[in-house]
Amino acid sequence: MKNLYYIVLALVFAVGVAACGGGASVKDAPVDEQSTSSAETGTADSGSATGESISEESTQMVAMAGERPTVMRVHFEFDSSAIDSESQALIEAHAAYLADNPDVLLGLEGHADERGTREYNLALGERRGQAVRRILRLLGIDGQRLTATSYGEENPIATEHNESAWRLNRRVEFMY
Amino acid sequence: MFKHLIYYLLITSVGAWSTSVHAVLTIEITQGTDVGIPVAIVPFSVEGQVKPVHDVAAIVAADLARSGRFSLIPKQDFLSTPHRNSEVIFKDWRIAKAEALVIGTVRQRSANQFEVTFRLYDVFREHQLAGIRYSVSSDKLRAVAHQIGDVIHEKLTGERGAFNTRIAYVTKEDGPTGITYKLQVADSDGYNAVTILKSRESILSPAWSPDGTKIAYVAFEQRQSKVFIQGVTDESRELIAGFPGINGAPAWSPEGRRLALTLSKDGNPEIYVLDLDTKRLQRLTKNRVIDTEPAWSPDGRDIIFTSDRAGKPQIYRMKVGGRRIERVTFEGDSNARASYSADGEMITLVTSFQGKYHIGVLRLKDKVLQVLSDTSLDESPSFAPNGRMILYATAVRGRGVLASVSSDGRVRQLYKLEEGDVREPAWSPYNRELALKE
Repeated sequence: MKNLYYIVLALVFAVGVAACGGGASVKDAPVDEQSTSSAETGTADSGSATGESISEESTQMVAMAGERPTVMRVHFEFDSSAIDSESQALIEAHAAYLADNPDVLLGLEGHADERGTREYNLALGERRGQAVRRILRLLGIDGQRLTATSYGEENPIATEHNESAWRLNRRVEFMY
Repeated sequence: MFKHLIYYLLITSVGAWSTSVHAVLTIEITQGTDVGIPVAIVPFSVEGQVKPVHDVAAIVAADLARSGRFSLIPKQDFLSTPHRNSEVIFKDWRIAKAEALVIGTVRQRSANQFEVTFRLYDVFREHQLAGIRYSVSSDKLRAVAHQIGDVIHEKLTGERGAFNTRIAYVTKEDGPTGITYKLQVADSDGYNAVTILKSRESILSPAWSPDGTKIAYVAFEQRQSKVFIQGVTDESRELIAGFPGINGAPAWSPEGRRLALTLSKDGNPEIYVLDLDTKRLQRLTKNRVIDTEPAWSPDGRDIIFTSDRAGKPQIYRMKVGGRRIERVTFEGDSNARASYSADGEMITLVTSFQGKYHIGVLRLKDKVLQVLSDTSLDESPSFAPNGRMILYATAVRGRGVLASVSSDGRVRQLYKLEEGDVREPAWSPYNRELALKE
């Protein structure tokens, strides 16, 4: 898992650098990967330096990064905006997609569970959105493309009043 | 009595502007004082061609019963039905075990003008405690009744009532076409409910201007929280803050010319003061933590607010310029959403212990915290203008309802909708529009 993390990071970096240099080939690369989901196509792509060293395991991540990641939210602990390793990986996948698609904008909509006051939760939701935004910026995504907003506790996805509902509701939604 | 009261509120509310019967708040007392003051209220005589649409004495009686501090003498125990001073026989009321007696008349002066007179007596001392005459149009008859209730409350308990007031709140209805939020304003008894804003998106934090003519609130538009000020009776609506980031927690200064609010336009939720005349913004806090939920002290010198600068949300106080920040709350896991009583001696807040959120009152003098509710998701408390009752939001079997509790914890009421949730209550200042004569 740790290896994967570094490979994805390296990829994000490579794609970012490539984006600054020769635009066209970089844009082509993810499209290739997208169309062929089988494992061995990983090496058949762009011919950038990192392309050669990709293992089978990471190819799927590349495919995920090339497409838009399917998971569109990350979750948080109570009254916290800390990002766990699972969320970190997902944010990196989104960063890869954003790096590949420089015209795409992303809204980061923070939410809180119903505990605590509404205005505090409005602020807490924004803090969560900002936490995700900060990581995306560290991964090289231009802050101008990222808007953090907050709904506080106003739009729960689970309406029960228990810990499992609360866990679902403490989240940042990726709004493309 | 309670059943009768609820029925009464329901049927009298049909004529309100409100769109559906479900939007009517019904109020029930869930806890009263052990021994209420026994009061006899004689139905007022009505003189004139047109019968007034509102039964003033019945409204007064409902107010007093609802307060939980009085017990009303049943009409079958009345030995006489006086309307004028000369008709009062005190012995009749001692036999009926009334300590206080209320009589009155409603006289039509012109097509739409009524004169309401009432007298309040101490039955044992055999003397008049209050006598007031009001001259009003028929649409003010309910307000007159509530004001009479306030006078009676004050004369008999030593504290002014809070009947001649209104409440603002937000309803949430889940209909076939989706969720509808409404910002509503009603009389303190739930009557005259009027929707002043309808939205597909959430509305929160309504705050009354000190003169009771406007409400500041937070509404979501284009997926963003924004602060608006809207007239209660006219349709005027003004965007006050729609900066990037969050715009929230509006709080009026006591003189009504400034608004404290929370903005994150500079990157982090901070407290600002907006001068409503010049539109100049002054930033009061600057740090990397959450600062929100400002509220002014009645003397206009201090602002209390919620901050998590010590890790968890707690209440802090600062001078209005932003200087001399001191922590106010130390008990409980966290404390938030504080606001002052009218005398400035107490604040009501949401206090949490072991994951449960209760309404508390903190006496500022010695920092003694009294927890007033035992439900677990209580929020948004506000004092009645007399400082004796606190209105807040809670949940009963998963549904949002409003509740009120006296600041000594002895009297409790529940405000429910037939369907849907009701939340974010705010108690208005006193209505100031009545002309009265002693």
